[in-house]
Amino acid sequence: MSGFWNLWIAGLVTLNIAFLVWLLFVTANKKKSDQDAGPETTGHTWDGDLKEYNNPLPRWWLGIFYGSIAFAIIYLVIYPGFGSFAGTAGWSQVGQWSAQKADADAIVTREFKRFEGKSVAELSTDPAAIKVAKNLFAANCAMCHGSDAHGGKGYPNLTSPNLTWGRTADDIVATISNGRMGAMPSWQAVLGEQGVVQVANYVYSLSGRAAPDAAAAAAGKEKFATICSACHGPDGKGNKALGAPNLTDEYWIYGSSLDTIKETVTNGRTNRMPAWLDTLGEQKVKLLAAYVYSLAPPPAEAPAPAAAEPTPPGT
Amino acid sequence: MNHAKIEKNVGLLGVLTAIVISVGGLVEIVPLYFSSQVTDPAPGVVPYTALQLEGRDVYLREGCYNCHSQMIRPLRAETERYGHYSVAGESVYDHPFQFGSKRTGPDIARVGGRYSDEWHRAHLNNPRDVVPESNMPGFPWLATAKIDSDLTAKKMSALRTVGVPYTDADIAGAKAAVEGRTEQEALIDYLQHLGLASKGWKN
Repeated sequence: MSGFWNLWIAGLVTLNIAFLVWLLFVTANKKKSDQDAGPETTGHTWDGDLKEYNNPLPRWWLGIFYGSIAFAIIYLVIYPGFGSFAGTAGWSQVGQWSAQKADADAIVTREFKRFEGKSVAELSTDPAAIKVAKNLFAANCAMCHGSDAHGGKGYPNLTSPNLTWGRTADDIVATISNGRMGAMPSWQAVLGEQGVVQVANYVYSLSGRAAPDAAAAAAGKEKFATICSACHGPDGKGNKALGAPNLTDEYWIYGSSLDTIKETVTNGRTNRMPAWLDTLGEQKVKLLAAYVYSLAPPPAEAPAPAAAEPTPPGT
Repeated sequence: MNHAKIEKNVGLLGVLTAIVISVGGLVEIVPLYFSSQVTDPAPGVVPYTALQLEGRDVYLREGCYNCHSQMIRPLRAETERYGHYSVAGESVYDHPFQFGSKRTGPDIARVGGRYSDEWHRAHLNNPRDVVPESNMPGFPWLATAKIDSDLTAKKMSALRTVGVPYTDADIAGAKAAVEGRTEQEALIDYLQHLGLASKGWKN
């Protein structure tokens, strides 16, 4: 704040307090002799003979006024308010916030110590870690994935053993930290209306169901091999590097009905999982990853967690 | 001064009353007009794009501020939940600012990037589709209502007169930027930008 506005505030505050003191002083202490001569009146007269007394304030009332002024002066000495004077206590909003945060961070650090150095796989079997992670999930993830992690239309079911972007510990941490952007293009122009029906029937059949139109599915197989397999793989098992879902299991992001599959092939799908590392920090991301990891059997390709090193009791 | 004189002279009474009640404002409000903390944009804060501006107007029209604040106080519980506390320099291009005063829903000053656009579409159409316990009303008509693109440039030049640094090119391109877009798209664009500037701030 510039020097002028500093003086402006300090000057007005000083004038204001001085004025109030003066006002109290002159109204409270006048005419002791007059009081002896009987109560003074304001000089107003109504209806011929009605007059208004002008008695001094009761002492306790006056005391409150003087007390308020004393409070204001003490406050302005201790806390910021008098121009740019910061106050003797050095208090600031941000300072108070930092102190609160430091206290809370110390507790979090202490509580999270027991999770330090543990892998996601280890944490996923630690009930204490899962308890914390469930709360984090409810506060941050349930809005999309649901409080039971079963997802919804457009939001993957996290209990699926085949997550689109991978189910290894590293995959899950990467997904939560940096988010994911899934984009399937529209195939309407390439396939034409009939082609869409054929491919949709074939995709329908991939998950072990009988296609509603077997002939169309047979024709769709060839088109799938030339177009869709680039991302979803020749066997339709998906590709986690591209975020191409596995089409052979019972987990569907947008729905498994023929109509929904047709809609997906026709218009494509674009969706995004937001990045959470900035908001949550590494520790919480790891705990959340452990929770997601615990929701389904660990992926087969991941090496089993090394059981060789027993953790000391009480950690 | 005899107060009979003041009581019998309305003009004098008015002047003296104005002096007394203006002291608070002169001390607490006037210096802020000259404080760089309040008048300069915070790091990363830029004027709204044409589409975001239209989204902001939808936000105002639908009264979103009645239930959602955009003011994170410097209290740990709030910064833990929402992110960096709000600073004055974030609202320099807001006329009027959207601090709000009541939270029936959560604060949304940092909602940008938290959810996908798809989530916002579902949520605006029917909040209970994604948050079963929500009591927010649905705003399904926004999905089909088109923005009146004739007004966008006028809004931007009006804002320029009160200090938002829109260039002539911004204003000339406004109509094309919002032409044919729905109010829902505009609102989501606005929501997705809230708080992005604060992402790089360290305390």
